[in-house]
Amino acid sequence: MKKPDLLPGTLDMLILKTLTRTPLHGYGIAQSIKRFSDDVLTVEEGSLYPALQRLLLQGWVKAEWKMTETNRRARFYTLTAAGRKQLGLEVSQFEQMIAAIGRVLSEPA
Amino acid sequence: MNPFTLFANKLSILFRRTRFRSELDEEMAFHRDQAEKDFIATGMPPQQAHTAAARQFGNATYLREQSHNLVTFRWETVAQDLRFALRQLRHNFGFALTAVFILALGMGVSVAIFSFVDAALIQPLPYIAPNRLMDVAENSSMFPRSNLSRADYEDWNRLNHSFSSLEAYGGTGYLLRTASGSEPVPAARVTSGFFRTLGVKLELGRDFRTGEDNPGGAKIVILTHGAWLRRFGGSTDIIGHSITLDGAAYTVVGILPRTFEFAPRAAAEFYVPLLDKNGCEQRRSCHNLFGVGRLRDGVTPQAAFQEMRAIAAQLEIQFPGSNKGQGAVVQPLSKIIIGPVRPVLLTLLAASGLLLLIASVNVASLLLVRSESRRREVAIRGALGATSARLSRQFVTEGLLLASAGCLAGLLVSNWAIAILKSLVPKSMADNLPFLSRVGFQTHAALFAASIAILTTGLMALTPILRLSFQDIREGLGEGGRSAAGRFWQRMGANLVVLELAVAVILLVGAGLLGKSFYRLLHVNLGIDPTHLATLQMAAPENSYPKPEQKVALFREITRRLSALPGVESVGITSDLPIQCNCDTDWIRIVGKPFHGEHNEVDERDVSPAYLPTLKARLIRGRLFAEDDDSSRSQKIVINEALAQKYFPGEDPIGKKVANGDLDPKSVREIIGVVANVREGGLDDDLWPTEYQAMYYSPGTFVAIAVRTAGDEKAVLPELIKTLHQLDPNLGTYGEITMTDQINSTQSALIHRFSTWLVGGFAIIALVLGVVGLYGVIAYSVSQRTREIGVRMALGAQRSTVYKMVMRQAGWLTLAGIGIGLGCAVGASMAMGKLLFGVQAWDAATLAAVAVVLGTASLAASFLPAHRAASVNPTEALRAE
Repeated sequence: MKKPDLLPGTLDMLILKTLTRTPLHGYGIAQSIKRFSDDVLTVEEGSLYPALQRLLLQGWVKAEWKMTETNRRARFYTLTAAGRKQLGLEVSQFEQMIAAIGRVLSEPA
Repeated sequence: MNPFTLFANKLSILFRRTRFRSELDEEMAFHRDQAEKDFIATGMPPQQAHTAAARQFGNATYLREQSHNLVTFRWETVAQDLRFALRQLRHNFGFALTAVFILALGMGVSVAIFSFVDAALIQPLPYIAPNRLMDVAENSSMFPRSNLSRADYEDWNRLNHSFSSLEAYGGTGYLLRTASGSEPVPAARVTSGFFRTLGVKLELGRDFRTGEDNPGGAKIVILTHGAWLRRFGGSTDIIGHSITLDGAAYTVVGILPRTFEFAPRAAAEFYVPLLDKNGCEQRRSCHNLFGVGRLRDGVTPQAAFQEMRAIAAQLEIQFPGSNKGQGAVVQPLSKIIIGPVRPVLLTLLAASGLLLLIASVNVASLLLVRSESRRREVAIRGALGATSARLSRQFVTEGLLLASAGCLAGLLVSNWAIAILKSLVPKSMADNLPFLSRVGFQTHAALFAASIAILTTGLMALTPILRLSFQDIREGLGEGGRSAAGRFWQRMGANLVVLELAVAVILLVGAGLLGKSFYRLLHVNLGIDPTHLATLQMAAPENSYPKPEQKVALFREITRRLSALPGVESVGITSDLPIQCNCDTDWIRIVGKPFHGEHNEVDERDVSPAYLPTLKARLIRGRLFAEDDDSSRSQKIVINEALAQKYFPGEDPIGKKVANGDLDPKSVREIIGVVANVREGGLDDDLWPTEYQAMYYSPGTFVAIAVRTAGDEKAVLPELIKTLHQLDPNLGTYGEITMTDQINSTQSALIHRFSTWLVGGFAIIALVLGVVGLYGVIAYSVSQRTREIGVRMALGAQRSTVYKMVMRQAGWLTLAGIGIGLGCAVGASMAMGKLLFGVQAWDAATLAAVAVVLGTASLAASFLPAHRAASVNPTEALRAE
């Protein structure tokens, strides 16, 4: 079954949002996005990593190596204050866009 | 986003790059492991789970690369490419070395030649506003540009409104009194505003003042920097002191700067004001000066020319006896100065440009061969995720690296070539080419080198990209890709080879024609026997020998003493030696023939009785001069065949008389003999009518001596000078040279030799590069077709068929190259027509010879690969793939 691809430019926002709840490692982030979207949003999971590097470089997330409950080393990402601000910005931009699209679609035919 | 944070973060990662990589790898591995575990937990078999996890993750290499790109700086990939390119070139060291060498040669030669062109034709003359300076001269039917007479100059100067100043100059020579005797020195006589008009500031002392050139003025002199250093040790005390020229005291008033140059009088060491009118200058009909004028603001050269022509026409009406047919000519001074070398330099520049083109094409085709042999590497890298932009960048980097190395080496070669070329110009010629001192690696040459470097670099970088973009990278992995790519390369490489061969033809034809011209020039009929002939110039000081009888006595004594030397057969004295110039002319009219002021201009030579026999000039009719043909008897002349044919067609000229235009009884002279034409003018000048007068009738001060020897003529030269100085230490001697050497060092011979050797050199390099290029194409095509050839032979093709197949391909390329080349060559040769002597641009023998040479060389080069193809073992060829 073909599933819809992620809207371009929304991956960063989804990662940041996912990290508002709790610090997570990459796999956790991917699982979390999948679960909260009821399996609708799928990403090529590996593409998380270039995105995470980008967020790290911008200073929107921090990373730290910790042990998982299964006792394996994993890198956990935490949202920073700047990241929270950036998330707000992206969400509001996204909502504006969705609202605009909605207005176009609700136009009577 | 904050660029500073970004930069700082990238920088911090730069120093722990290895850790960054291993952490990323670990993170990604962890991710896949977790996914795999989760799949297994749902009951999937482990093998399938592994694959599913990997699929869900995506192309790990590509993603890792993306992450790397995020954190690296742009220049890092460049450095990476450079390292890779260097490694590539080191693996193919022979290829790299060849390419760099060829590029360096092509670039070095063209930059060197350009620096000469720049100094001669592009850099302005070292005067103030040099483009406002005009050469002002008279002109007549025989001479497009002839000397001004002093009276005409004075009228022109007085009447014209076009020039803010109009000056005159003329050459002369003096005997300079030195500690050891006297020495003849070249000098120039100029009007007082000469240096101001050029815009030259003196280094020391003062310039001539206005009016200091009036007759009766003080004897003053300005020295060139060179004469000042050489003769007076550069002492500043010399200003205000006097030196003795021709026995008279001249006060030194100034020293010219080191950079001063004036090509028309390049050899002059002393500049004196025109002052008193010499014998010639008292007559309006005697022309011995040239004019140089500075245009007034707003006056065009054309307007100045019109005005001077109008003034000349007015003078022609006013003085019909002397000015009949005397027009005016005004042209940029630069044209006079650089005129003679212009065609040579442009030809050499074009030739070196063609050489550069061949070199670049050669390297480009080398690059093509290489990109061909790297198709698999490219295909694999492409399959692993390298984008075509990324691959292109790699090739560009390699091209850049190669081109930079080639250009750097080229700069070294050009510096070296400039030095060699400068040293190749003989001293006698260099004196007349003062621009040589300005030749060097300067702004223009640097710009030229830079643009060449950019062009070649572009070519080097683009060739492989072009190659890549023409073809689907994936094709390289497949078996079938080979033949398609082979075809592409053959087409591209074949075009390049045709271009190379065509250019080689142009250069070979040019060299052939120049060589033939040179041969013709040196074998032009001289009318004399130049072997075993020693010559030198001599000046008899006017104050020691003021009277004609004294000079005659001196010349007789010189002839007697020199003839007595061992090995000397005969000795002649003349006013001008042969193969100098159609100059020192006289206007004649034929007594008893109708005359309407015709301008009958002939060369005039004063000769001693033994002179013509010494040259071995052939007497056709009548007799030559005898010892008693002196002022005690009526004046007689011997004429050359050209004069006889022009003025006495179908008549016997013996006994006929000629005179000056005004039929002055004193000027009437009788023709006593006719000699076969002796070439008095330059080797490539027309033969002129010439009259020989008896030297003992009116002896001159400056004469030339010709000595016929039995053995080595060079060996007697010092002996001649010694003997003359024994006779009178005050006799000035200079210019001792054998006739053969003199012929070889005339300006036309030098220009021809110079261009022949250089263009010939370029042509040989071009021939080699072109033939090597052809070999490359054929050899490559054979290697590509090994399998095909194997199949053909397995199916029964004969070896001869294979030979034919390969040679046919080579033959077509060669034919195309030669055909196109011959067409272009005729055009190119016509453009350099001024350099050709006695040979046409479409000289069939030369064209045929070039076609044969290039054809033979090409076929020989293609025979090797053809032989290899014919020796292919069918079974091995089929198995090899």
